[in-house]
Amino acid sequence: MAARGCGGVWRRARQRGAGGPGPGPFPRGQRAVACNAKGGAVPAGKSGLAPWIPVVGLEIHAQISSNSKLFSGSQVQFAAPPNSLVSFFDASLPGTLPVLNKRCVEAAVMTGLALNCSINKKSLFDRKHYFYADLPAGYQITQQRVPIAVNGSLSYSLCIDNKMSQMVTKTVRIKQIQLEQDSGKSLHDDTRSQTLVDLNRAGVGLMEVVMEPDMCCGEEAAAAVRELQLVLQTLGSSQAVMAEGQLRVDANVSVHHPGEPYGVRTEVKNINSIRFLAKAVDYEIQRQIEELENGGTILNETRAFDSKLGCTVPMRDKEGKQDYRFMPEPNLPPLILYDAKSLPANMNHQQVINIDWIYERLPDLPSVKREKLVEQYGILPEHSFTLLNEDGLAEFFESVVKQTQMKPRKVIGWILNDLLSYLKQHSLTVKESPVSSCLLADLLNLLEKKEISSSAAKQVLAELWKGEGKTPLEIVKEQKLELLQDQKELEQICQAVIDGQENEVIMMVPG
Amino acid sequence: QKVSVEVLDHLEHLALVDFRDSEGVERLQKAIQFADQLHEVNTDGVEPMDSVLEDRWCLYLREDDVTEGNCTKDLMENAREKVEEYFVAPPGNIPLPKLEERDTFLQGS
Repeated sequence: MAARGCGGVWRRARQRGAGGPGPGPFPRGQRAVACNAKGGAVPAGKSGLAPWIPVVGLEIHAQISSNSKLFSGSQVQFAAPPNSLVSFFDASLPGTLPVLNKRCVEAAVMTGLALNCSINKKSLFDRKHYFYADLPAGYQITQQRVPIAVNGSLSYSLCIDNKMSQMVTKTVRIKQIQLEQDSGKSLHDDTRSQTLVDLNRAGVGLMEVVMEPDMCCGEEAAAAVRELQLVLQTLGSSQAVMAEGQLRVDANVSVHHPGEPYGVRTEVKNINSIRFLAKAVDYEIQRQIEELENGGTILNETRAFDSKLGCTVPMRDKEGKQDYRFMPEPNLPPLILYDAKSLPANMNHQQVINIDWIYERLPDLPSVKREKLVEQYGILPEHSFTLLNEDGLAEFFESVVKQTQMKPRKVIGWILNDLLSYLKQHSLTVKESPVSSCLLADLLNLLEKKEISSSAAKQVLAELWKGEGKTPLEIVKEQKLELLQDQKELEQICQAVIDGQENEVIMMVPG
Repeated sequence: QKVSVEVLDHLEHLALVDFRDSEGVERLQKAIQFADQLHEVNTDGVEPMDSVLEDRWCLYLREDDVTEGNCTKDLMENAREKVEEYFVAPPGNIPLPKLEERDTFLQGS
């Protein structure tokens, strides 16, 4: 759904009372942060202190949806026996070399094009060095000097003032997209004071999407990431499921006064859902404001989000600032991409990646799909957001519309109010719905033909949820919900009612 | 110009090398001097070279097929310690102790 948007005043962080420690700078229940829908600072109000402008940038790592890894032929799969999806190269055994996976490059090009980036026809690979048990080579192959795509943008929408009816579109600039390797997984066993390392994930292809600090609060960050997630899923370049670690977000947060330079930023990691992203960013903004207003300073540090406490805590870094000693990856020459104009005549077709060919085959992006739904079916923009936000819901809606005479504008109500709320209540996906589009269409047809009333239809639907295989017509007959169509029968009933209430009728008639 | 003790200490932390003695440091100095000769060449407006093969060095693009993996046994053979097919490592990076706290000849410098 389009996020509830920013609207309201930046509140000065409340002073902590004498009683009891709190998990954060503000009491639970109070709305965390808010910023002007137009982005940026709002006058502080009574406190008389200068307003704060929060600045939020994001670094998003999306796991590429491919069969094999970025530089080796081992399989990419979630949840497999430890170290079973690891090649000698992934384990960094001597004598092994990286071999680039074509599909991973295509995924990055698709994503770059969908995000309006310039695709670099020549990009380079580099080594980023640091020591960690899940990085067997002691370096990660990435694209630090010249990444595959730069200078793009992503538009997303927010609802202002908590009303779904007023939506505002914002844009975040995409600094770059680069290809890089994922690391293995470390499982910390504190009881035995050891770390268990599984290299199944080591070497899986990642696209790092860097979003410029154009966002100003948790809700904007969350909405931008949600839209990126939908884009990636539509393209198929990443399944982008945060719960499975296929989409990881790090937030860079700072605050400053209007007219002054940007403040010191902190990096917030360990954010496991879009909801927590909004919370983490808002908490960090408020923490920084409180710290600075109390005369403190902000350290340029990495902090982890603690979802249980709803706050950020410093990540103890005993080693101080890292020096990654970037150097060109000596085993990989530049990655050259082509377009229709520069296509080489005498090269093996399989070895050529044509940017224009990929561009022509891009599917409709979410924003385009929404526009088409609104135009084709006359539904409201916010409806189109909800339709696209639930996997399979838009297709369900279109399927019902095809099978019924009821106008789409009326159908949408049944989809969003009745169907969706039921699914949510029972934590079901659209695919798991006990009521198929066919059944719902049958029901809506009965309603449209005035064979049943609206309230009767809701009753039938409640019965259909049980999934007992009955058709709407069968249920209507069973529960005798048919509307009476016979004029004579209706007159008889009315007459009987009037006869039975003679006194009331006599009182009514003169008046 | 000599390389300062701070830089040498920083290098030892970063790369986990041990310069061991003055001879090791001297060798480093000579290596830096040798490489510094590169600065004598004016490279203004010249694109850095990736390879002497220039554009004949083509990056091979592999098809996205699963061709490797499934060799847990071979991989675990070299592991000194393992727990149920996981490699075992210390709980976190063990950084080199600070200059004052470790036994290195650099301290004397």
